[in-house]
Amino acid sequence: MSTTDVAPQGTGGQLGRKRIVNDMSIQVATVNGSGSQSSNTVLLRAIFQMGVPVSGKNLFPSNIAGLPTWYTIRANKDGYIGRKKEIDFLVAMNPETAQDDVMSLNPGGSVLYDEPLALHKLRNDLVFYSVPYDKLVAAVCPEAKLRKLVKNMVYVGVVAQLLEIDMGEVEKAIRKQFAKKVKAANLNWAAAQAGFDYAKASLVKRGAFYIERMNKTAGKIIIDGNSAAALGCMFAGCTVVTWYPITPSSSLVESMIEYMKEHRIGPDGKATFAIVQAEDELAAIGMVIGAGWAGARSMTATAGPGISLMSEFAGLAYYTEVPGVIWDIQRVGPSTGLPTRTSQGDILSTAFLSHGDTKHIMLIPCSVSECFSMAQDAFNLAEQFQTLVFVMSDLDLGMNNWMSDPFEYPTTPIKRGKVLTKTDLEKLGGFARYKDLDGDGVGYRTLPGTDHPAAAYFARGSGHNEKSSYSERPDDYENNMERLNRKFETARSFVPRPEIQMGTSARIGVIAYGTSHWGVSESRDQLRSEYGIETDYLRLRAYPFTREVHDFVEQHDRVYVVEQNRDAQMLSLLKLDLKPELTTRLRSIAHLDGLPLDARSVTDELSTMEGK
Amino acid sequence: MATTPTSEPRSSEPKTNRIGLTVIDYKGGKTTLCAGCGHNAISERILEAMYEMGVQPERVVKLSGIGCSSKSPAYFMNRSHSFNAVHGRMPSVATGAMLANRNLLALGVSGDGDTASIGIGQFVHLMRRNLPLIYIIEDNGVYGLTKGQFSATADLGSKLKTGVINDLPPIDTCGLAIELGATFVGRSFSGDKKQLSALLKAAIAHHGTVMLDVVSPCVTFNDHEGSTKSYKYVKDHDEILQEISFVPHFEEIDVEYDPGSTVNVTMHDGSHLQLRKLEEDYDPTDRIRAMTRLAEAHDKGEVLTGLFYVNPKAPTFLDMLNMVDEPLATLPESLVRPGREALEAAMEELR
Repeated sequence: MSTTDVAPQGTGGQLGRKRIVNDMSIQVATVNGSGSQSSNTVLLRAIFQMGVPVSGKNLFPSNIAGLPTWYTIRANKDGYIGRKKEIDFLVAMNPETAQDDVMSLNPGGSVLYDEPLALHKLRNDLVFYSVPYDKLVAAVCPEAKLRKLVKNMVYVGVVAQLLEIDMGEVEKAIRKQFAKKVKAANLNWAAAQAGFDYAKASLVKRGAFYIERMNKTAGKIIIDGNSAAALGCMFAGCTVVTWYPITPSSSLVESMIEYMKEHRIGPDGKATFAIVQAEDELAAIGMVIGAGWAGARSMTATAGPGISLMSEFAGLAYYTEVPGVIWDIQRVGPSTGLPTRTSQGDILSTAFLSHGDTKHIMLIPCSVSECFSMAQDAFNLAEQFQTLVFVMSDLDLGMNNWMSDPFEYPTTPIKRGKVLTKTDLEKLGGFARYKDLDGDGVGYRTLPGTDHPAAAYFARGSGHNEKSSYSERPDDYENNMERLNRKFETARSFVPRPEIQMGTSARIGVIAYGTSHWGVSESRDQLRSEYGIETDYLRLRAYPFTREVHDFVEQHDRVYVVEQNRDAQMLSLLKLDLKPELTTRLRSIAHLDGLPLDARSVTDELSTMEGK
Repeated sequence: MATTPTSEPRSSEPKTNRIGLTVIDYKGGKTTLCAGCGHNAISERILEAMYEMGVQPERVVKLSGIGCSSKSPAYFMNRSHSFNAVHGRMPSVATGAMLANRNLLALGVSGDGDTASIGIGQFVHLMRRNLPLIYIIEDNGVYGLTKGQFSATADLGSKLKTGVINDLPPIDTCGLAIELGATFVGRSFSGDKKQLSALLKAAIAHHGTVMLDVVSPCVTFNDHEGSTKSYKYVKDHDEILQEISFVPHFEEIDVEYDPGSTVNVTMHDGSHLQLRKLEEDYDPTDRIRAMTRLAEAHDKGEVLTGLFYVNPKAPTFLDMLNMVDEPLATLPESLVRPGREALEAAMEELR
């Protein structure tokens, strides 16, 4: 047998009639370094261009070439773009994982495989399509060394034919992907066409899945969270970026380098920014603090291990009251293993990062558009409150492609906070750096280089009085710590408020944050339609918690806190903040397998906990 | 020759420098270091040099790490902003400050523990960047604030008060600095007023990283018989490489020098360094020779002092970043937030 698909016994006829439109998950299982990223992006974009809501998630190893990698495209007419647990259509390109990949599918799924793998022998409840890739590639690609890369574009053509994706959109996506390389575009387009022609001539469609044109993506963009953050920081007026490469944050700064070169170099060729690759994360945060102290809008991007290394400096910035922005693109834990998997595991350690009494403002974006807008918030809050602001993104948001409305140009001006100039000092005669004149806990600062004899102050750690003079007096220390607390309390009213979805009668509340939002939103619909469970929902967007968070818990009998870590970190933070009698209402739904949270897992767990 | 204030003092008025400030304008708080500590002498030399060079105190930023040395910026130049960082990590804070405002004159004060042990990582990367910064190590070979443990610059065989002998070789911070790219590297002694003053003034005139290792005896924990960082030991073993004169750019050169016996180095700002050779053929612009001479000194047990290496022409880290001339810190919104059309263009690419 060669080119015909094998109908699953007993169910073949039914499958042939069933038609599932714009609701599927396509997984491409391949080998790291084989160039499949371009093919997957083309497939994703072609579906997007047909107006179908889509998301793409890359599950990749900590490796440059040779290890298995999976890319999952979800198309969903209802706009669910979180991860779907079940795979409907498998493109099996990796011999090493093919068997496991096939065995994990639900009955009725489709498998596209390389002919020699003979995967059709594994199961009889799936639809199999075989493709003689090598033969097809050889025909369109005379250069042997390019064949490995072009091979991947063949499956794009096959998938397009089987799912009825418009080849015109495939070509458009290929031309966009290889915009600057016409030869590569032509070669890849030929490969896609070869796949399409082969499928049309030799495969019989038996699977249930189809893509049909709709109009839900008009005007939308596709971007990853790190690029969105980079754009946001550029428009926030960031001037100093320091960094140390670490997955999954590196692409944030790399993207920023590109954007800044394009938009922040003047006609004279001079840059309105400095981007410095530091020797480690300790130096990166030190530079952020030095630059923030001297008046720049400074930032760094890192992940959990970097956050740990920045701990000591973060405390110093808290005590010296220096602004700075730190992007934490969260990932799974220390050292080797799963650094390329997503997590929300830095919440608790970042909230109190450092020694002594410290606490930090955290902003938590759930979408690419919030990566953009919270960049503005982060810099403004950092300067308003003269403190570090941590933006808690994660690998799923940062490195994956997300569909979004275009970003809106920032409407609020850049706010530099309480900074005294030479003119101010001439009027005032002098100032006390750490004195709370306005009752909000925030003092006035001067920038080094301010040309006035009374401008200077001495920035140091725990031991200083209001005038920033060295002091070991107990009352000076205590007064200062109380003021810092006042400042944090003030910040409660200025950080982004939670997003709340409330009905009238639900007794059950759900709290989530960051990328958990997508799985939770979909799960709430599942809970309603499958179990009749109504839920209200609060999506946290910042720490410290605003008043609404307390009210929300107060208004519900049980509140499920859904998060992507083992130890219910956000729930623990909530417990510290809530009235003691309210804390017993909190229940944890933890997700910690390193994969983005999917709706089904939440639905299963919450319904079980509700006794359904 | 020493630099003198340029304005003639009237009998009733205090002496002023070329920008009209008195030496009082460069004073700091009262020192809390031990009486006789070498660090206090260094603080004095720093403020004198700043005064004599006519540096506006508001343009200076003082940065330090942790340790006795790092407390000292509180004891000079109160009119300059100051930042007391964490242990061993002042270089990164200084780097950030200079990125934010390239017009500042940055002075970093560190110690031997703060530099050569906990701070060695940031130290080497600072040297390699040639950031415009005067980096001073107040080097006494011991941790003072924690009561006298050896640091990594303690010499082999040096003895603590408790009788403990150091059995590990020292890190030569000057050798490291030259190897890694610092462009003005010297060693001095807190007790050598003339040499230290000349080096500090030249440091102010330099464009790039200045690394000065100043041996500064700890009177409390490391000034005894058997210590190689005691006043007596350093005086007995001080091997002076050259006699250093500094003529600032705002003064005329009034002494002819003999090219055979004196090396003249023109600094970036037009000042002149005149180095009267005490060793034949020593050329402080020869990097390889400088490293060889330091290795020789090490083998001979000399405390070699003087200007080991200078390169007034190398581009600094800030030059290489190609930034606008104004400080990044105070650029207006119109320069740091691109217009609507830039966002629209970026969005269009993503559609």
